[in-house]
This record gives sequence, C-alpha cells and structure tokens, in this order.
Amino acid sequence: MATVYVPPPLRRLTGGQSKVEATGQDIAGVFQAMDAQFPGVSEKLLDEDGHVKRFINVFVNDDEIRSLQGMSTPVKEGDRVSIVPAMAGGQRS
Amino acid sequence: MSRLNRDQLLQLARGQITEMSPQDLHQRLASGEEFTIVDIRERDEFVQGHLPGAIFVPRGFLELEIEQRQPDRDKPLVIYCAGGVRSVLAARNVKEMGYTRAISLMGGFNAWKNAGYEFQIPTVLTEEQRLRYSRHTILNEVGEAGQLKLLDSKVLLIGAGGLGSPAALYLAAAGVGTLGIVDFDNVDASNLQRQILHDANAIGRPKVESAADRLHALNPDVKVIGYREPITSHNALDIIKDYDVVLNGSDNFPTRYLVNDACHFLGIPLVDGSIFMFEGQVTVYQPDKPELGVEGGPCYRCLYPDPPPPGEVPSCAEAGVLGVLPGIVGSIQAVEAIKLLLGIGEPLAGRLLMIDTLDMTFRTLNVRRDPACPLCGEHPTVTELIDYEQFCGLPSHSNGVGPAVEHSRLAPEQAAH
Repeated sequence: MATVYVPPPLRRLTGGQSKVEATGQDIAGVFQAMDAQFPGVSEKLLDEDGHVKRFINVFVNDDEIRSLQGMSTPVKEGDRVSIVPAMAGGQRS
Repeated sequence: MSRLNRDQLLQLARGQITEMSPQDLHQRLASGEEFTIVDIRERDEFVQGHLPGAIFVPRGFLELEIEQRQPDRDKPLVIYCAGGVRSVLAARNVKEMGYTRAISLMGGFNAWKNAGYEFQIPTVLTEEQRLRYSRHTILNEVGEAGQLKLLDSKVLLIGAGGLGSPAALYLAAAGVGTLGIVDFDNVDASNLQRQILHDANAIGRPKVESAADRLHALNPDVKVIGYREPITSHNALDIIKDYDVVLNGSDNFPTRYLVNDACHFLGIPLVDGSIFMFEGQVTVYQPDKPELGVEGGPCYRCLYPDPPPPGEVPSCAEAGVLGVLPGIVGSIQAVEAIKLLLGIGEPLAGRLLMIDTLDMTFRTLNVRRDPACPLCGEHPTVTELIDYEQFCGLPSHSNGVGPAVEHSRLAPEQAAH
C-alpha cells in the first residue's frame, strides 16, 4: 500500500481527496489500482502508449520515475507516490 | 602584577610576534605566497585606501571576529594599522588565541603606501545605507561587500502580480539595485486579494507604474525599469540579456517556455515559481557556468517537455488561489534570487520545492537534467526562440502572452520613478 499524492486538477476524480492509498507492484500497478477505484485517472495521466504524459512528473518518494525504471519502478509498502503536473497559475491556461 | 608603561608593553609584544616590512610582504605576495591580510584601522581610515585583498576588522572587534574570518590558526596572518603600532598589540593578542603565524606589518599602511605599492580605495555604503542594511551587513554571508554586490545587481521580474509582488517588495527592501518588471496589465480590483504591490488607489493604473511608485517609496536606492508590454519571442532576449537573475511569476504556459528558453540561451539563472489553489512549486533553473565552477541543473523543458493541452490544467481564475500563497512562494523566490546574486548557500536547482498550505508541508523532490531535452540536452533541437502560443496549442498572438494591443513600451526613464 502506497500513499499517492493527487494534484488539485485530478481531485475531481478522487472525490476531492488529496491523498489516496493504492496497492501495486510498480507504478503501472498503482495507477491501475487507482483507476479501478477512481475511473478516469489513467486517462488523465497516461498517453495512448501507456506512458506518463509529458507535462506530468511522477515521483516515488523523492525521485522522478524517468530517473528510476519508468512505469516499472517498484513501489513498496509505505512508499510515497507524487503526481506533479505543470502549473502556470494566473488567469489563463 | 607587573606594571608596564606604553613603551615597555610594546617592547614586550614585539618580542612575542613577528614583524614584516612592506618590501618583504610585497615580494612574498608577488611570488605567490598566501597571507590573510587584516586591516584593523577604523572605518574612516580604511575607506581612504587599503592593501589589496585586505579584510576589514576594526581593532576593537579583532579578537571577537577573527575566528569567523580566518578559522585556520596555522595560516599566516598579516595585521596592519596606520603606522605599525596598534598592529603589534593586535598580533600579540591573536597569537595568544593560537594564531601561531601572526605578523605585524612594520610601518603599517603608511609605509606600504609610501613604498609606492598598490592600494585599493573601497566602494563603501553611505551612512544612510549602513543603517538601512545593518541587519544584512552583520551577517557574515552578506557583509558590506555582499550588500554592495546586491546594490550593483539586476533582477528581472516577469509579472508584477501575485508572485512578483512579494518578490519585488523584498528584493527592493534588500537593496537589489535594479529591478526590471515586465507586465502589460493594469491593476484590477480582483488583484488586490494577493498582489500586495498595488493598492485600491492603483486600480486601472498600469501595474509597472504602480509597482515603480511603491518600490521607490520603499527604497530610493532601487532603480525600477518597467516594461509595459507582453514579453514575446521578439523582445525577450533584448529585455532579459542585461539582468543577473530572472524571477518568473508569469501566469501562463507560453511565457514559461519562452522565458525558460531565453534564459537558457543567455546563460542566466531563472527562479521559477507557480501557484494553484493552496499549493505552490518553486525551483531554480540554473545553466552551467563552467568558468565559475557552476554545474547547472535541469531546465523547465527537462521537467515538462510538452505543455498541457489548452484547458487540461485549470487556471487560478477558474479554480482560485489562496491570497497568502503567492506571498510564501514569491518570498522563497526572492530568497533564491538573493542567494544566486551573492553566491551563498545551495540554490534550489535540481530540486522542486512543493508547498501545500492546507496540510502545511514543504517537500523537495529531486529533478534531473534530461539528456534528451530539446533545449539543454545532448542533441538540442530548439536553438532559437519559437512561436510559443503555437507550441502550447493556442492560436498565435492570442491571449497566451497577452493581448497584442498594448505595445507601448515605457522608456526606462519614464517608468523609473
């Protein structure tokens, strides 16, 4: 069971929760578990090829998964997964 | 207890320390020997001229401060005063503290100067500035030299809004000598909840004007240069090139990519901040500077190679933002800018600071340079500024970087009040 930090734009799908628990062997598994619980999460995070969209960074604990093993990065009990999309603030998106 | 008169005390002290002639010191310095040279005269003497590279510690503070200035007690320490008397007693005292190689310069500064050797006349703070910046100059990491450096520094703020407001106020208060502000917008009532540079009287006024007035009132030392125009691929390099650090408080993706690319091409560090609802992010994009021994970190494109499709990420206007949040994020950006200007501490490069004010947590995540980055990677494909609205999937010259109507650029002398 990992704790997943959900960024504000995704919270619409998680019922407003900023942290959710999800279980999976790796990042792909954690996202599948999240999608089962909160349908639509995968579509928001992943492109057609199943890679994390390029304006989103995913971290396991303090490191970005591209510097680890990508979607196959192992996720252990108690790990912290952070989903961090680009933010611009302001009046326009 | 023995009773000594002035001459006896000096004689005793001379027997305990080493004295060196200006000629000897000059020759040894020329041959590459290293000395920590300490000027122990009073401030009014020091400002008239001092030995090159000397550190200034008035006699009254010498024993109290020398350990901070030169922690290594085995390094040779040359102490000088005006005529070589005060320095004898001073050298004896620091020798007692364990500075085994404390040396007094015979004849002091006067003998050095009379021998025709080079000396420096320091740039110093005015009396008023010494008072204003006293809480800075007392910090070893800043000192008078650091404060003078800040006064000589130039920071460009992209935007005089939520992030730019606290950043500009603190940088002006800190005495950063030149603040450039790019913002084409006018002050709107809905800005006042967080944009603390502006007040109700400024509604309808150009933000650069309102900002210049406020900053000038806060600190007349600061020159404010307003650019009342959108920053675009056409003017970005021209505007940014003269600045030491850029602080990004822009409110849209095209500008973020544009400023990132321009700063990369110019080799200028960029302090990036962004806010959304109750959360903020801060990081520093620092280009390599091999000549200064600076190994940079990732750029904005390393983190976010592609922009989100328009509409994918809601804006603050749609989702809201806690008014205090940009105060925190912009202030942290100001800290990073000052660190970069002074070359102190560890810049927030290669680290992304995530702030969540609802559970009040601050976390830093590691971010790395992407070897495949189209801008700073091994095989760059972005080699000049591009059309950023198009890159972000917006119609060109749309509201991505601001309306194209307001192109009236204020001349610096007009904007700097």
